[in-house]
Amino acid sequence: MIIKGKSHKLGSNINTDDIIAAKYLDSYDQVFLGSKFMENIDPDFIKRIKKGDVVVAGKNFGCGSSREHAPWAIKGCGISLVIAESFARIFYRNAINVGLPILICKQANQIKADDILEIDLDKGIIKDLTLNKEFTSEAFPAFMQEIIKVGGLIKWLKKKPACRQAGRKNE
Amino acid sequence: MGLTLIEKILLKHSLSGKLEDFIYAKVDFCFGNDITAPLAVKEFKKAGFKSIFNKSKIGFICDHFTPARDLKAANNVKLLKEFAKEYKIKHFYDIDKCGVEHVFLPESGLVKPMDLVIGADSHTCTYGALGAASFGVGSTDLAAAIATGKCWFKVPETIKFVYSGKFTTWVGGKDLMLYTIGKIGVDGALYKVMEFSGPAIRSLSMDDRFSMCNMAIEAGGKGGVIEPDEKTLDYVRAANPKLKNIKIVKSDPDAKYSRVINIDVSKLTPQVACPHLPSNVKSVDKLSKIKVDQVVIGSCTNGRISDLAISAKILKGKKIKKGLRAIVIPATPKIYQEAEKKKYLEIFHNAGFIVSPPTCGPCLGGHTGVLDKGEVAIATTNRNFIGRMGDPGSFVYLSSPAVAAASAITGRITNPTGVVRDDY
Repeated sequence: MIIKGKSHKLGSNINTDDIIAAKYLDSYDQVFLGSKFMENIDPDFIKRIKKGDVVVAGKNFGCGSSREHAPWAIKGCGISLVIAESFARIFYRNAINVGLPILICKQANQIKADDILEIDLDKGIIKDLTLNKEFTSEAFPAFMQEIIKVGGLIKWLKKKPACRQAGRKNE
Repeated sequence: MGLTLIEKILLKHSLSGKLEDFIYAKVDFCFGNDITAPLAVKEFKKAGFKSIFNKSKIGFICDHFTPARDLKAANNVKLLKEFAKEYKIKHFYDIDKCGVEHVFLPESGLVKPMDLVIGADSHTCTYGALGAASFGVGSTDLAAAIATGKCWFKVPETIKFVYSGKFTTWVGGKDLMLYTIGKIGVDGALYKVMEFSGPAIRSLSMDDRFSMCNMAIEAGGKGGVIEPDEKTLDYVRAANPKLKNIKIVKSDPDAKYSRVINIDVSKLTPQVACPHLPSNVKSVDKLSKIKVDQVVIGSCTNGRISDLAISAKILKGKKIKKGLRAIVIPATPKIYQEAEKKKYLEIFHNAGFIVSPPTCGPCLGGHTGVLDKGEVAIATTNRNFIGRMGDPGSFVYLSSPAVAAASAITGRITNPTGVVRDDY
């Protein structure tokens, strides 16, 4: 799958309260959550995003709470991919589980704001068309590729052998 | 090569019977709260699951926006209540008897050593203090676990922290954890488990051990864990007298650690994390000029009985600074009642504190103590990110209950030695 979009830069340690403030956590509406993405840090951030754009961040993206509202908000505002130098653990698994594409790229800091990026998700290759540079991302472990390929945890569970299936009713 | 405590627990639960990089494992308990579990229920229904794996091993604990702060919060609690009723889920708790999930679950004996627990809340790492493997996950993970009783895990590396020396007065688990996070940074333990060990850890109460494991996530940790000892077993037996033959597990002497960090606690002073990261840690004495508008004592980090006891000890016979807002939140109804019985609540009332019902409340800027622009709070909670307790222009300092109580008296960030004698 090829993604093309403009880069929106964020720093390191972007936490889940930054991504979506706790006061909005009683909502499960992706589009509403998306409209509040990064509100505490920059209320205008969302206005610059066009569908398909890419977030490029530093280290430890998504640290803090386990709220799945965070990857939902990012999907909800139209972001197609998050590239970061590293991801916080729960955000990482949430993104994979809900089917939000993410890539770990140690050279993410070389990408500038508003650069046009073209990303081959399957190969993990990031082309910065503005800088005319190519970056590689860390390959996902085979286990995770399976989940990513089918589009998230629930779909993976449904496709798989009996050991992953539901238990007996009210055991 | 030996195994760490966490590796042993994961191996025991691994469905393949092996410890590979990724394992698929059965969980002993899974739970969510009033903001994460409704999303899990939604995913559960969307996926078309028709049954749950075990009605006694699933928990819904309503604590974040409860007592319902508004109609949406009430809707979410009701949604969980109805789902629990439909599937005969045993552990649904509204405000009548639960309180803050990570204090309530160990207190009620629902987690024991060697368990593998997942919770749709990042502070699920708290139960490592019992020698359990407990990890925070998201709502989709919870939905899948509710249906299947299983979850995927990356087998984590462990960093061993060895704490030696004796704590000085007014210094405890929270200070040590803040110091540790300050030392390694908010991603210092990314994807890794933090194993806390050494004589200084053995000297800590269970409450202080919970408080340390609770904040492992603030260093990016997958979990915090402490090898169980007699204190752990006493705690577990008291929480659930019906439990027989409690099994515990310890790390092998030749277990492989990614790093070993030695820390001497004997010179440690009370520590405070300054805005806006839990790793921005300074000694309390460097912050004596910082004026505060609000003091919060509570949360899954420090809302336990010993936290209220030490605060009450400092506040006894004293008044809080005029104009200050001071809120104390006993973490569970049981703790509330005990604090009442021991006259701590009377001390808080007389000092000028308001006593809140058990809730996560202001910790995540939910309700009951939200800050306005420019306001400053000192809180015994676990995060001080921008806007965490309210307006993005507010400031949160994190400390132990002792420092928070002392600061309530002076209205500035204060070392308890400044307001009470050490031999008090």
